[in-house]
Amino acid sequence: MSDAFIQVKGLYKIFGDDPDAVMPLVLAGKSKQDLLAETGHTIGLKEIDLEVERGRIFVVMGLSGCGKSTLIRHFNRLIDPTRGQILIDGDDVMQLSQKELEQFRCHRISMVFQRFGLMPHRTVLENVAFGLAVQKMGRAERNEKARQWLETVGLKGYEAQYPAQLSGGQQQRVGLARALCTDADILLMDEAFSALDPLIRSEMQDQLIELQEKLHKTIIFITHDLDEALRLGDRIAILKDGELIQEGAPEDILLNPADDYVEAFVRDVNRARALTVETVMRPPAGRITAVTIAGALRQMRSHSDDYAYFINNEGYQGVLTQERLEAAARDDSDAVVCERVLEILPPVSPDALLETVLPETLDADYPLPVVDDKGELCGQLSRASLAQALVEGGGGSETAQRGGDDSGSVNGKAVVSAAGAVQR
Amino acid sequence: MADSTWLTEFPSMDRADLVAIRKFLDSGFREFSRNYGDAIEAFFDPLLAFLVWFEQLLLQSPWWIIILVVACLAYLASRSAKLTLGVVAAFLLIGYFGMWDNAMRTMGIIAVSTLLSIALGVPIGILMSGSNRVQSIVTPILDVMQTMPAFVYLIPVVMLLGIGKVPGIIAVVIYAIPPVIRLTNLGIRLVDREVLEAATAYGANRRQRLFGVQLPLAMPTIMAGINQTIMMALAMVVIASMIGVKGLGQPVLKSITNQYFTMGLFNGLAIVALAIVFDRVSQAYAKRSQKHLEGMNSE
Repeated sequence: MSDAFIQVKGLYKIFGDDPDAVMPLVLAGKSKQDLLAETGHTIGLKEIDLEVERGRIFVVMGLSGCGKSTLIRHFNRLIDPTRGQILIDGDDVMQLSQKELEQFRCHRISMVFQRFGLMPHRTVLENVAFGLAVQKMGRAERNEKARQWLETVGLKGYEAQYPAQLSGGQQQRVGLARALCTDADILLMDEAFSALDPLIRSEMQDQLIELQEKLHKTIIFITHDLDEALRLGDRIAILKDGELIQEGAPEDILLNPADDYVEAFVRDVNRARALTVETVMRPPAGRITAVTIAGALRQMRSHSDDYAYFINNEGYQGVLTQERLEAAARDDSDAVVCERVLEILPPVSPDALLETVLPETLDADYPLPVVDDKGELCGQLSRASLAQALVEGGGGSETAQRGGDDSGSVNGKAVVSAAGAVQR
Repeated sequence: MADSTWLTEFPSMDRADLVAIRKFLDSGFREFSRNYGDAIEAFFDPLLAFLVWFEQLLLQSPWWIIILVVACLAYLASRSAKLTLGVVAAFLLIGYFGMWDNAMRTMGIIAVSTLLSIALGVPIGILMSGSNRVQSIVTPILDVMQTMPAFVYLIPVVMLLGIGKVPGIIAVVIYAIPPVIRLTNLGIRLVDREVLEAATAYGANRRQRLFGVQLPLAMPTIMAGINQTIMMALAMVVIASMIGVKGLGQPVLKSITNQYFTMGLFNGLAIVALAIVFDRVSQAYAKRSQKHLEGMNSE
């Protein structure tokens, strides 16, 4: 794992007059409150270890005052740590001289700010070209580049305006264009969308995701909004009082919160919008691959369930039930399994959000098959497991997990209430 | 009983000690000015030469050329025909009432001392904004400069340099420089932290931050400081005339001592007219140079 693109090792930041002097106390494990009362020093960050993979969106989240803005400012050394290392591509950022640091900021790393940080006395175009102007690129060349990026973020025609003439969302697009304009491969986003209203915010999130699909930047994104974190993040780290509480994939955080703090965060999340099918699906019930009705019936009887997914060499085809198979067998047991006996159930994708598959799952009599891009059956999604994932506090009933018709009515009710919660 | 007069009378220093201190300081400074006065005067020679040249330029040029130039400057700065007409009218009136030469001398001294104040004050303000320590040293000095009666620092200046233009300029600068220093410092400190942080994050060095971000954004405040400095320099003209600075201040001084009401009034009004011209033109320029602020209110 040591080949990660960005590595943060044992990072400490203490605020106060003489941070080095109180460092031993912090290492000895003195709490934030005690340290503040006794020495007047504040712990900003405590023993942060992180690894960020190249080309991923890494979200750091926490409540205000948890040190997340302090942390992000360490990556480009707007703040120097009291102790610790940050390695980017193997190079220690802390060892850079002032000149090297300026070069590093020019070419490798760029930043988007919560309140935009645009220069009010420069036009939109000049703002976008700012990074290049700092690098002393010629005016014509940098304006040309800036114009392209402005077009990419959808602000063509605003070049000569001043930031104050733009709306919040437009200003942050300028901020984004400015960050992209230097072609830096690392993008720091400090609560970049927090100051925007919800509609614009989700628009901006879409745009970021869309851009990221093309650009594959390594993005470190700070937010206090878990919905945003879950939507954007490939990995999420949760900070509390300057300490790293949990780090993991979004589903991990959601399904296995490390402590009460994380759980409190997770509780209000709209799970239907945050979880994908893959995270809640179960291993598929029986598969039937036999060509004839008789063969199929034999395979069916070897399973415990009274339904199974029929698969031929073109992949998933539909659902077979024991009842219908037996009826068909009475007719002609040597017949080939065909559409007449198959019940058509639309498959769902493992990457789909629960929200999008909610209606189908509720309508279906059997758990929905989960089929990946290659047409392979990789799981099943029952009403019960969906319901459990949605109402989750961890206390979902174990009996509901088998998710057949037998417990359907009970589960149906749970699903309905969960669906109600989603709509709210 | 012990002597308890200290309860009713302030236990002040002995007269003899006080006299000794005075003597010591007086003779010390006299010694200093005797030894270094010439050197210091020589140091200010280029300033004097420039001042004399500038004053002669204003005095020797035909009046209509001066008015033309001033009108052009006013128009360039403000792009307002109304303001330009007002400026021309003010200068015509000053000339018509026979105060042209004095007004030109005053203009000369104001222009030079304002330039000097800016040249010294802005860098000092920048230094102050960069360091809390410098600020805590400079601020009390500025307080003293602003509250100390002007006459008090005229004394050592005159002792050192005699009477004339250069001590006059120094007195005016001491009196007028605090606003430009204070407001430069304030303006830079008020620059949005995030904007500055953004500049840093994109690799701007100190110089690029200063000239690309801090100074431009502080400009409205700095312009307000310069405007104040000009106003205070004009106010100082009368006092400076006591140490031999020629200009509109001298007739005012003469009117005070001889109770010439009208003469005092006219010259006083001429100073006011100059003040208004400088003020309006510099403010119009400041406003026009802040184009980006136009959209602010519409949001």
